[in-house]
Parts: sequence; structure tokens; C-alpha cells
Amino acid sequence: MNFTFNNKSITGLLVILPSRKVRFDEELDNYNFPHAKSMKLKLAMGYNTRRIVDDSVCTSDLCVFGLKYLFERGYIDKEEIDALVLVTQSPDYFMPPTSNVIQGILGLKKDMICMDINQGCAGYIIGLMQSFMLLEQTSIKKVALLNADIMSRKVSKRDRNSNPLIGDAASITIVEKNLVDNDIYGNIKMDGRNYSILIIPAGGYKMPSNIETAEMKEDVSGNFRSLDNLVMKGDEVFNFVQREVPPMIEELLETGKASKEEVDYYMFHQPNKFMLNKLADKLEIPHEKMPSNIVENFGNASGVSIPTVICFNLAERLLNETFKLCLAGFGVGLTWASLLLEMGKMKFNKIIDY
Amino acid sequence: MKKEVIRILNEIRPEFDFNEDVNFIEQGMLDSFDIVLLVTRLDEKFGTSIDGMDILPENFSTIDTIVKLLEKSGGKE
Repeated sequence: MNFTFNNKSITGLLVILPSRKVRFDEELDNYNFPHAKSMKLKLAMGYNTRRIVDDSVCTSDLCVFGLKYLFERGYIDKEEIDALVLVTQSPDYFMPPTSNVIQGILGLKKDMICMDINQGCAGYIIGLMQSFMLLEQTSIKKVALLNADIMSRKVSKRDRNSNPLIGDAASITIVEKNLVDNDIYGNIKMDGRNYSILIIPAGGYKMPSNIETAEMKEDVSGNFRSLDNLVMKGDEVFNFVQREVPPMIEELLETGKASKEEVDYYMFHQPNKFMLNKLADKLEIPHEKMPSNIVENFGNASGVSIPTVICFNLAERLLNETFKLCLAGFGVGLTWASLLLEMGKMKFNKIIDY
Repeated sequence: MKKEVIRILNEIRPEFDFNEDVNFIEQGMLDSFDIVLLVTRLDEKFGTSIDGMDILPENFSTIDTIVKLLEKSGGKE
């Protein structure tokens, strides 16, 4: 499905990373595999250092910390926020929405809209699309899009399929109406038939958590996890991404009448280096135009990996220059979505530690 | 090419004999992470970029299927 948005722009980006670092080399004994083989995988997949929260830290903590940072430094005025959109798979509670909790903690005005969106690796793109749609309303001039996940708390430490790559992070993206005539193109697709290839089986109403769901069991590959943990069928996810993402990008560029060369950077969700390099090769895009350095530095924090890859690689250049970017996210749902837009001349673009 | 493929396979899983006429996947000699390592090594050695869509277990089940995949990917000795 194609979307077009006009006269909207991203004016600021802040990424909040937990200061706690975990190194792959220090976790080798967690896994039921020879060290030598794990070390070879480290290079191929880009495993190295990831940032994770302590067990007491919630999604709202990271978001409130980031918003306070912006208020205190005058990057935004809290009265200006007309909508708070939070994309997360790790809410503080089943109810109420975590966006309402954040609104309350920060004392934001009542005349606004707060909403949570349950989405993962494509969540940042969906959050931007939702923000653009909200800005169609006369009464909404500025949206604070929050994207946060703390999935490390749901991953088994003895699961080599998932644990070495999972990171935690939050991002705050300020989206505003823009007087300059511009077009943003979007594309989104979903396939709920394959929802089970990325899932946390227990903990919802379908299978409430209990002693049995917490029991650790070994899978055929030697990983240990319980039904309360994230399960990722890595080979099926890989095949889904290689099959569906390239045609989506081709379609997006065609709709946006842009050649591959015209796009300055392809800022994609960061599952691992191997998958991204294969995507770049398939799309015939030079690897340097599709950065894949987030898993090795911070881990994969679902959709937040997209603002992180932008912030980390373009940093202060986005304050003075403008780039044509292609953003894409793909994963849980299954969902895959992309945007073609210009980003630049931003008021802020930085990474801070929590 | 065959010889080099066997050498790389032995490097990744030294505990198995890849000269045997068996299905490497069905026998549990290669798992999905082994395939990632194998593709990385084959791409380096033969100057290919094996298409992501071709990274399926059945293409890594025997020496012949791996060689066929390399030839399809433009692999050169």
C-alpha cells in the first residue's frame, strides 16, 4: 500500500541508550556452543557490544528521561506537544497506555492526544506515518513520536539465536508541519499469516504466564528458553526479509520517482550485519550507503535501530545539511514498511546515555 | 571448486566427514548459523554474493547442491 504525505518534516531526533554495556565475548559461556564457532559468528553477524537496561528500568523511564532532557535544554517546549505517539512492544502495563503514563509524569497539557502503537522492527516507520496523519489536523502542529523497547528483559540469556543481538533503546522524534512544499512517500505491507515466527508465546490473555510457561527448555539447536521468552525463527525471518524487502524498496523508489543513486543513504532496521549486506547486494546498493554498524555498537533495539542508525552515522551533519533518505523496517507481525524523504537542517540530532 | 567447498565445510564443522554421501541438513551436520558462516566464506573465496533468496537449507544439503549454487551465483575458482 502506497502513501504520500505533504508539507511535513522531522525537526529533531534524540536517541536514549542505557549506559549498561554487555559484551558478546563475556557471554560465550551462556551458550551451548563451542567458543571458536561463536567467535566466527561474531564477525559475520556483527555481534559485539550491546546496551541493555537494568531489570528495574521501564520504557517510560527512558522516554521521560529523554523528554526532560529536551525540555530542560530548550529544544522543545512542553506546551507545544499536541500529540504523543509511543511505539513499543514493551509497555509499562497492559493498561493504561504508557503514553498516558508519560504524559502524566511530565505534566503535559490535557488538550492533546496520547496513543500507544504495538509494533516492533517496522514500528518507527509506522509511528512516522501515524504522526504525519495526525498533522493533517489543524489543531495538531507538533507531534512527539516516541519509539522505545526493552526487549532484553524478555530474551533468554541462554538463547544464542536472539540474546547476542538484542539491545534496548528509546528515541524521540519531533515531527512538525512544514511550510516548504515537500513530498514524503511511504509503502507498507503486512502478513499476519506468519505472525508466529517472531513471538513471545506466553504472558498475554491467550497463554497467561505461570510456573509452566517459565520453565526453561532446550530446543533442537541447543538454545534454552521458556514460553515467557522471545522466540525468533531466524532462518524464516531471514527468508522473509530477503523475499519481501527488495521489491518494496523498488516500488517505493518508483512511486517517489527516485533512482537508487539519488538516495544518499538507506537507513534500514538493524537486525544483523549479514542480513543487511545481503539486502544491499540484492538491491545493488553500495554497502557504505546502507550502514550496518548498530548491532556491533549498541545491539538491535527493534524499530529504534532506525533513528539510531541515522543519529550515529549522520550526527551533526543533519543540523546543517539535507539528505535524501530511504528508511525501512521489517519484522514482527509480519510487517514491512518504508519511507522516502528528505531529512536535514534539524534543530537537534544526538545520542545520550540513560 | 568441490575440493575447496569440502575444505571450507571441514573448517566450519571439523567433527564431520563431508565426503560422505549424506544430506548435511537432515543429518544435523549444518545448522542455520553454520550456513551463515558457510555463505560468508564462500562469498569471500569465490568472489560471489550468494542471493539472499537462495540461502535455503536445500541449497546446502550436499556438495553438489552447494557447487550448483556457486555456479549460479557466478562463482569462479
